[in-house]
Amino acid sequence: MAKAIRLDSISIPSPGELFAALEKPGKPNWVGQMRGPVGMNYKNRAQIALNLGGLIADGFIAVEAKDSQQVKNIGTDIIKLAKALGVSENVLSRGNSINEFAENDEWDALQEELEATQNEVKSSMQTHRDQDLVILVSVGGWIRGTQVVSAAVLQNYDERAAKVLRQPALVNFIQTKINAVSPEIRNDPLVKDVSTELPEVEKLVSFPPGKAPSADDVKKVNDAVGKIMTQIQAKQESK
Amino acid sequence: MKFCLSIWAAAVLATTTTALSAPESDSEVNAHKAALDLAGAFSNEGFKIRDGHWSGTIKPHEHALIAVNLYAGNQYWFSVGATDTAKKLAISVYDESGKLVETESYNEDQKAAAGFSPTSSGQYYVMVDLVDGGESSVCLVYSYK
Repeated sequence: MAKAIRLDSISIPSPGELFAALEKPGKPNWVGQMRGPVGMNYKNRAQIALNLGGLIADGFIAVEAKDSQQVKNIGTDIIKLAKALGVSENVLSRGNSINEFAENDEWDALQEELEATQNEVKSSMQTHRDQDLVILVSVGGWIRGTQVVSAAVLQNYDERAAKVLRQPALVNFIQTKINAVSPEIRNDPLVKDVSTELPEVEKLVSFPPGKAPSADDVKKVNDAVGKIMTQIQAKQESK
Repeated sequence: MKFCLSIWAAAVLATTTTALSAPESDSEVNAHKAALDLAGAFSNEGFKIRDGHWSGTIKPHEHALIAVNLYAGNQYWFSVGATDTAKKLAISVYDESGKLVETESYNEDQKAAAGFSPTSSGQYYVMVDLVDGGESSVCLVYSYK
């Protein structure tokens, strides 16, 4: 089993999938989980990739909140960050589709479009020999998604909702992928910081199968991913 | 013991299937279309199809084992499509301890699907098995709601 195929594209769940599970016991306050605008002036490619992933997760939150203006704003920001990474024109045209779907309140189509945008960004990165940045987009999305889910669970604790936080193998997979990137990216101060924090996060999301974490456990997860998210958003000095 | 051997065989195969970043062949593209065609049927029941997929080549009576990370509370359908050389496919799902998970299943010619609702979040393994037919390109997609 250790040698089973593990791919970024299928082994890492999309934020939409995580949020769908969270909604089963009851609809969370999605509007309360939205955050202010993310910085657009990062110079460091690793930091842009991490923030791009987080922003895509924000897009899913805005879709869940059915806030079409917020979806359009986030769509515009996604394209700005994608442009900063030099991704292909195909990705840029996704921005128009996101706007169009948001105008028409086509929420299911928007979810699909956001995931397709994320995959097209990753595919474009691979084409442009930025393979190492692909995992960072996934990491940014997973951390932001986990921050939102843990915060939503804390607001209205429910054992069924809390169970979605159990993902030790996923964090381990992410860690393995980060360890495999080029030394240049791996030694980037921000990537190093994120990588250093992940083993602790892995421990925090390693509940026994079927057992729900307590509210206190959930708070620890929220604190840990919140700390990483702050670093991703704020750190400007990395190379 | 039989399961352990199957998993081991699949793990060996995992190292020989198409890598993620390699461009897909025409036959893999066709297998992808077949998988999406089947997954489309579940969309009518509110399932959303993941954009990501796995594709590769399987020889007769061999397996591919793909790791996925799922969430308790969601319902999932795994759909596989293959090229015409495949005559019969099967999908089975195992939990992280290697225990076979009970699934609803569908199987017709070059397509097969398995559906279930995990009670525990975490890693699962989807095994795609070429039961009958010649070496084939296959593609796995999954849907959730």
